[in-house]
Amino acid sequence: MRRLVPILLAAIAIALPLSLLAGRVWIFPGVEPVPNAAIILAELRLPRGILALVIGAGLGGAGAAMQGYLRNPLADPGLFGIAPGAAFGAVLALLLGLGMVPLALPGFALVGAAGAMAMLALIAGRTGGIALFALAGLMIASLAGTLTSLAISLSPNPFATSEIVRWLMGALTDRSWSDVWIAAPLTLIGLAVLYFAGPSLDAMMLGEQTASSLGVDARRLQWLIVIGVGFAIGAGVAVAGIIGFVGLMVPHIVRPLTDRRPSSLIVPSALAGAMLVLVADTVCRIVPLVSELRLGIALSLLGAPFFLVLLLRLRRELA
Amino acid sequence: MLQAKDLAIARAERMVIEGANIAIRPGAITAICGPNGAGKSSLLAGLAGLLRPVRGELSIDGKSLDGIALRVRARTLGFLPQDAEAAWDVDVKTLVGLGRMPWRAVPGRPARAAAQEDRGAVGEAMSAMELGALADRPLSTLSGGERARAMMARVLAGKPRYILADEPFASLDIGHARDLARLLREQARQGRGLAVVMHDLALAMNIADTVIVLDAGRIVADAPPEQALSAETIARVWRADVRWLGQAGARALSI
Repeated sequence: MRRLVPILLAAIAIALPLSLLAGRVWIFPGVEPVPNAAIILAELRLPRGILALVIGAGLGGAGAAMQGYLRNPLADPGLFGIAPGAAFGAVLALLLGLGMVPLALPGFALVGAAGAMAMLALIAGRTGGIALFALAGLMIASLAGTLTSLAISLSPNPFATSEIVRWLMGALTDRSWSDVWIAAPLTLIGLAVLYFAGPSLDAMMLGEQTASSLGVDARRLQWLIVIGVGFAIGAGVAVAGIIGFVGLMVPHIVRPLTDRRPSSLIVPSALAGAMLVLVADTVCRIVPLVSELRLGIALSLLGAPFFLVLLLRLRRELA
Repeated sequence: MLQAKDLAIARAERMVIEGANIAIRPGAITAICGPNGAGKSSLLAGLAGLLRPVRGELSIDGKSLDGIALRVRARTLGFLPQDAEAAWDVDVKTLVGLGRMPWRAVPGRPARAAAQEDRGAVGEAMSAMELGALADRPLSTLSGGERARAMMARVLAGKPRYILADEPFASLDIGHARDLARLLREQARQGRGLAVVMHDLALAMNIADTVIVLDAGRIVADAPPEQALSAETIARVWRADVRWLGQAGARALSI
């Protein structure tokens, strides 16, 4: 579909202002005035909405690039261990009692993401081979997950534990402009790098050897993927915790609407991911529960059944 | 001339090509033949510079392949792998378009002219492989032979100076095999150098200018087809008693 990108942009342009109206307190322009409406909109809901767009774009774009790179529709940005690495960094900050220190938590998370990226590059970066790279990513993810569990088990008091567990679930509650300023530039850099890698990802669909015969430098491509996915995912986890399934789901929904080349999927996937997270976060705000539904949980609730349907369909295709 | 000097290739620490000295000449078809596991695909990928050799040197017109940028190399050597798989279910014209990748952002090539040239090359390659009617079909809806033709068109679209093709005839019916044979001859006539792995010895005998016979990683013959594929060589390498029938250019093999 040639107009996919303009349609998605228009949808976002409509959805963002609407999402600002929704929440515990509904704000309707022209109807009865809400106290502090301007502050609620400008300092709470607008940064939150923009953060949802930024994080969704990072997840959607990185997911499309990862699936293209690994030539596998079941690949998820979490596979490379960058998100778990960032989560471990954040958990460490919480464990050290730095949760309230400004910038400490996202800073630690970014260091964690960078650590995972460095390990990936160190283990796999020499050869440019994909199988080794994916295995290294899985090991890093598992190591970071284990370290996170260790940190939780060592946490000094139940309050710290509960803070860590709640943070890990992923949410955009009470985020401010400073979070936007951290996440947005890094995510945009990451997405730009992945966009730049797009044509090489197209060639990868024919296999590593044939891609190389078409002029793709396997090592350079691997660096682009590590940096692009690292920035796009690491920045999001740093400010919002782990939000699963978006990177897996969105490319699937968007792919049939494109010519199915990874390069033509990255931008629409980023936009659709932005849209999905924005809508999901708005729904989280207005679902009447005792405490607000966590965004990460909401998306997983949506994502797991989606994944099962996907597997069923793949099974039918393979059978 | 694409030349390999003392090319040795190992896969998983096992030598698969031991010291090959061969040349792929422009304007000629070089067939690479040999029994299963002889190292044909390794030799072809090695010639394309896609496998890191244990020793030896590759050169194009006397210039070492190591000194040629990847992008330039990709415009010079077109490689068709044996398996006709693509990870994503793209349509035929998108697949063929991938062949233009090495021509992206060539310095001094204005964008509009480049786009036009790309479209022209893709269209030409598709009509050469009779894919016009299949242009918008996803690969998953194609038969094995149709897919093989689409993959070949992808290579042709890149307009490389050398075409290195691994069993392009394998899944073609007799009509399309004849068409491909004619197409390869035409490509050679236009000055391209072709190295083609093939199992059909009669086809190699009839269309190749030179035949390289591989046996267990060693080159046992590198000569015009009548010599390289003599009944004695076939008996020794393939362990099959055969007799050639017919006239030169229209040979058939009786087994």
